[in-house]
Amino acid sequence: MATFFGEVLSVYSRAVEEDEDELDENEEDEQIRRELEEKRAVHLHWSPEITELLKAGNKLQCSSFILAVGNNAASFLSAYVLASANWDAVGRALAWNERSRSGTGQSSEESACVFYRHKDDPSVLICQAICHIAEDQLFQWTEKVFDCLPSRELTVTVLSDCTVADYKTADYLCSSSAPFLRSLHSSAFSHQPVCQSLEQPNIITGLPAAVLNHCQVHRIAAVVYQCYSDVTGPDSVTVESFKPVLTKLGRSIQVDSSPSTDVLLKLIRSTEIQSNLYI
Amino acid sequence: MFISSQNSPAAFKGFTLVMPAVAVGNVGQLAVDLIVSTLNMSRVGYFHTDCLIPMAGNNPYASGKEDAEELHTPAEVYTEAELKLAVLQIRAPIIQTRTKRFRQQLVSWIKASGFSRTVVLSSSHAYQRDDQQLQGTPLRYLVTPSLLTASADAFKELSWKEMERIPAFPGVKDADAEPRLCIPGGGITKGLYTDSCAENLPVAVLLLFCSEGDNIPDAFALVNHLNDWLHLLDGQCQEPNSKWKIPTSWSLLFGGGIPPALF
Repeated sequence: MATFFGEVLSVYSRAVEEDEDELDENEEDEQIRRELEEKRAVHLHWSPEITELLKAGNKLQCSSFILAVGNNAASFLSAYVLASANWDAVGRALAWNERSRSGTGQSSEESACVFYRHKDDPSVLICQAICHIAEDQLFQWTEKVFDCLPSRELTVTVLSDCTVADYKTADYLCSSSAPFLRSLHSSAFSHQPVCQSLEQPNIITGLPAAVLNHCQVHRIAAVVYQCYSDVTGPDSVTVESFKPVLTKLGRSIQVDSSPSTDVLLKLIRSTEIQSNLYI
Repeated sequence: MFISSQNSPAAFKGFTLVMPAVAVGNVGQLAVDLIVSTLNMSRVGYFHTDCLIPMAGNNPYASGKEDAEELHTPAEVYTEAELKLAVLQIRAPIIQTRTKRFRQQLVSWIKASGFSRTVVLSSSHAYQRDDQQLQGTPLRYLVTPSLLTASADAFKELSWKEMERIPAFPGVKDADAEPRLCIPGGGITKGLYTDSCAENLPVAVLLLFCSEGDNIPDAFALVNHLNDWLHLLDGQCQEPNSKWKIPTSWSLLFGGGIPPALF
């Protein structure tokens, strides 16, 4: 569904479609369906070194996997962690779907989820997922990525951002309260999260939920930090709200206590360009 | 596929399975929520599948601060050993292109687990009823031949109304056209029922005609209807709804706090 302003929203009705697969499907329909399914498959591309390792039946040597979903979360990692230049891009996850813009200038590099590994300490793997991953691809993405990681002694941290409009509370939220963090963790996660737990009836969806489900079912320690923001685009205040998570990340990776201003400036400029109303 | 959350594999042999169909107004899911929360059932495993849209949240049946922080996933199985009752709760919509696969996964799990019978709680669009369906109670049932032979007397005693088959061409008399089963807005209900008939599974479908909106009264109607048959909760109350415990996750169904500056 597209709104008046052109954003595409994934909205579904609570009314449920009736099963229609009793209709006779001809071979052509089936073929189209199969090809579409193939095109929507998630592909992982690792560096030659890792490809070699996985081919031999080994897993990535990784004890800490940090995933950032959304612009603010990804920018937080760019500004505070990845800016130190000690990180190598080691792989990409590509997922083609209805929102991929392969034809309109955006290269596939930009629309992919990128994996980074520390040069000196390969036990930390970071992934930035800024691109849209469709609902039917989430499960597959998670399965394929976790297939490359060890299932024992792995700690997963997911940073994610979403809008405060999705947050339900009995008290009225005044504008000064956003942005704020909430956490949700799997049963195997035994540490204390840095912020309050997500209250019922709030839920999380999308890639963070898919990762958390996988970790809960397979007994992997995982925590999701969800940032609720009242700004639609990426902004530096929301990026900074992830800062408390640094104290937890600090044990596994070296983090800069001051952000890279270059990265933050770039982030803010990218949103400024879009509003050319008063030039 | 089913993954146990306990160290020992779950045993369902001879259990009755109650599960919702994700359908109009989410009535089946709400009714199942009432059962799990009232009987204080314990989670025994997850139905981990790529056919459901991922979601996660804290304990929907929390009774206090102590048990609030417990992760719950889109589809989970709960049991109550004394009643020999298992419940599958589904909390997310089914991905549209994968409904068939989801049904197949369900049927093969039900078969492999050895449930003595399966009850599907569902709903259908009230506005698509035909003339005969408009009269009387909005509750209907469907039962597969294998369950009917086993508990024919029980159904006779309950004097429930069976879901009507609808003529293929209403108003036109055609001897060749057989009346069809039609459950608009019922999601996988019809497919699951026909699959179960074909696989010879003992399955009953309990459904209710309803519209979208505040479907809590519908959920109470459906769960009380089920209770008439399975006697999950005994004792006659003045107010039949008050014996069910509403879970904490039902709060704020219609949005959050209102800005005080409005008034």
